[in-house]
Amino acid sequence: MTRMTMIEAVRSAMDVSMAKDDNVVVFGEDVGYFGGVFRSTQGLQAKYGRTRCFDTPISESGIVGTAIGMAAYGLKPCVEIQFADYMYPAYDQLTQEAARIRYRSNGDFTCPIVVRMPTGGGIFGGQTHSQSPEALFTHVCGLKVIVPSNPYDAKGLLIAAIEDPDPVMFLEPKRLYNGPFDGHHERPVTPWSKHDLGEVPDGHYTIPIGKAEVRREGSAVTVVAYGTMVHVALAAAEDAGIDAEVIDLRSLLPLDLDTIVKSVSKTGRCVVVHEATLTSGFGAEVAALVQEHCFYQLEAPVVRVAGWDTPYPHAQEWDYFPGPGRVGRALAEVMEA
Amino acid sequence: MVDSARLSLHVPEPAVRPGGQPDFSNVKIAKAGSVPRPEVDVASEDIRDLAYSIIRVLNRDGEAVGPWAGSLSDEELLTGLRNMMKLRAFDARMLMAQRQGKTSFYMQHLGEEAVSCAFRKALIKGDMNFPTYRQAGLLIADDYPMVEMMNQIYSNESDPLRGRQLPIMYSSKEHGFFTISGNLATQYVQAVGWAMASAIKNDSRIAAAWIGDGSTAESDFHSALVFASTYKAPVILNIVNNQWAISTFQGIARGGSGTFAARGLGFGIPALRVDGNDYLAVHAVARWAAERARRNLGPTLIEYVTYRVGAHSTSDDPSAYRPKTESEAWPLGDPVLRLKKHLIVKGAWSEERHVQAEAEIMDEVIEAQRQAEAHGTLHAGGRPSVRDIFEGVYAEMPPHIRRQRQKAGY
Ligand SMILES: Cc1ncc(C[n+]2csc(CCOP(=O)(O)OP(=O)(O)O)c2C)c(N)n1
Repeated sequence: MTRMTMIEAVRSAMDVSMAKDDNVVVFGEDVGYFGGVFRSTQGLQAKYGRTRCFDTPISESGIVGTAIGMAAYGLKPCVEIQFADYMYPAYDQLTQEAARIRYRSNGDFTCPIVVRMPTGGGIFGGQTHSQSPEALFTHVCGLKVIVPSNPYDAKGLLIAAIEDPDPVMFLEPKRLYNGPFDGHHERPVTPWSKHDLGEVPDGHYTIPIGKAEVRREGSAVTVVAYGTMVHVALAAAEDAGIDAEVIDLRSLLPLDLDTIVKSVSKTGRCVVVHEATLTSGFGAEVAALVQEHCFYQLEAPVVRVAGWDTPYPHAQEWDYFPGPGRVGRALAEVMEA
Repeated sequence: MVDSARLSLHVPEPAVRPGGQPDFSNVKIAKAGSVPRPEVDVASEDIRDLAYSIIRVLNRDGEAVGPWAGSLSDEELLTGLRNMMKLRAFDARMLMAQRQGKTSFYMQHLGEEAVSCAFRKALIKGDMNFPTYRQAGLLIADDYPMVEMMNQIYSNESDPLRGRQLPIMYSSKEHGFFTISGNLATQYVQAVGWAMASAIKNDSRIAAAWIGDGSTAESDFHSALVFASTYKAPVILNIVNNQWAISTFQGIARGGSGTFAARGLGFGIPALRVDGNDYLAVHAVARWAAERARRNLGPTLIEYVTYRVGAHSTSDDPSAYRPKTESEAWPLGDPVLRLKKHLIVKGAWSEERHVQAEAEIMDEVIEAQRQAEAHGTLHAGGRPSVRDIFEGVYAEMPPHIRRQRQKAGY
């Protein structure tokens, strides 16, 4: 066991996977010599050589396209998109190619790639360094989508993703890279070294893809969240003094519906929180599922708290970011109903 | 039987890394004045050499020599010097402002001032640039107010972009400066589309596309070349080769042979390489390309050979990936000092006037900064309204955003 930041946990997952299987290759922009702009691949090139961890031209479509070809050959590429905002140039490769190769070739070819990308806001990244595009992936059949909320999960889930036989989108909330942010941006960040989930096994372990985790037990209301918003939800429940149950989805596709349904059936109320824009966001999917599966147990309409339907602003990002205040108001709203 | 060996992957590496001796022996530098100047209606295949050499006007002694010399008067050159000095002073102050926490981020132009400052003077009002984040000289050289630029950088209450954009991602239609995206290369092909529209409307205005050496690897670059060559769009396709793309050396995007300019040849686009630190050469080549575009002769591709002396941005530490002394070893010198020397040699300038101009310019920049800061900085003073988050997503605000705005309390 070692206390790690999420960046270190992500790096450790790649390290363990590369050591275990020499078909695992890691590449992307500035990933090789420099170790990535967030340093998540630091040291991998020195350890495994320039042919297993290397810099690429700035071409997201090229990165994903070559990864697909390598996967068809038999390698297991784990590639980095420098910011989730820059995955759009590769979107065509992901949705039309990677996601469909198994299906259209009837299993003759498969595509076991992992596409990692720092996601979300809260670092003054402006409209092109703050986005949360998970819903664009959850809408695509053939992909898997993961958003970890802590170092322990990040490592176990990333190893599972690398070992998964299908393409996995791995979204890393960059606001959590160094600490378990609780939504109060004016307060100092507590480091992962002071958090239970910052304690990470050194070697190989996996966390199953598709299993949610209950982070806080409660009986009054269910809060469904993932990534940075798990911490915001926990803070909001504390601040509001509400007996909320907080579910960390961890994996959006496939989704652990059972855990959600079990919880909402118990509490009768549900708030879904995410950082991505509201309209057609993943929260809509959760709300619809809760409505479909828990309608007769519901004592209040499902409420979503999300980013506004605008591009992510630079100067006003804390007014954009769903903080504990907004989550708290939503909790109060469902409790009153 | 076919001979087969164990295969191995080739991953390019720069000549040196931190701790090593800077090495630019690979940069083949033509003598100033030695590269011919063809007629603007020349065929691309007849000037293939120009994609491999480097057009230069200023020689070591500060004289302007050869067929590309003489496109600018003394007065124009003095303006050029002033603009480059302004950009440098602006950079210095804004870099400091970022370090002082007055904004989140900044990107400077150190060593690359000649490229955008000289290029702007080859365009005329109405032409449109689709710039990257390292061409603020296009605005400075067009006398766009520095206070406005700073308001943008500070995201303050007078920010023309209302706090929505990262610092330095300016926008000014009036000054022929298309709004910067942040996604590399996407705008290269937009510039071609803009130029095509101008041709469809039998207009006389032309466009300029901008890209860095690293970003030429984006597919949008190649799409842009295809469209530009197919439709002979009136566009100047600029590639600023400053040797580095964050930590990645130019050889990663370019491969082991050829030049960035030569990429144009395969598309039948006339391609030239120019000394990006030579104000006179940049201007002369840009004017040549602009004339071609205006005469409906189609696109020109220009590679500016320069060096990014500063860090990539305020978030970058170049000493982690390249020798600290590499910028001093750059063989094409400093654009400001070279033009200064030329003007002194011509008797149009002096050391004393330069020192005085430096002080005047710094005063001007500091005064602009004072005015901008009166409107606030990122973390202090006036800032755009939260209401501005919701405005302008569409021409008319749709109901769902209006509801959200009300929810936010605005
Ligand atoms: C599509 C896209 N991918 C990655 C980035 C992150 N990024 C910003 S600048 C940069 C390097 C650009 O290098 P180059 O094109 O050589 O231009 P320079 O900064 O040297 O002027 C990278 C990788 C981005 N902004 N957009």
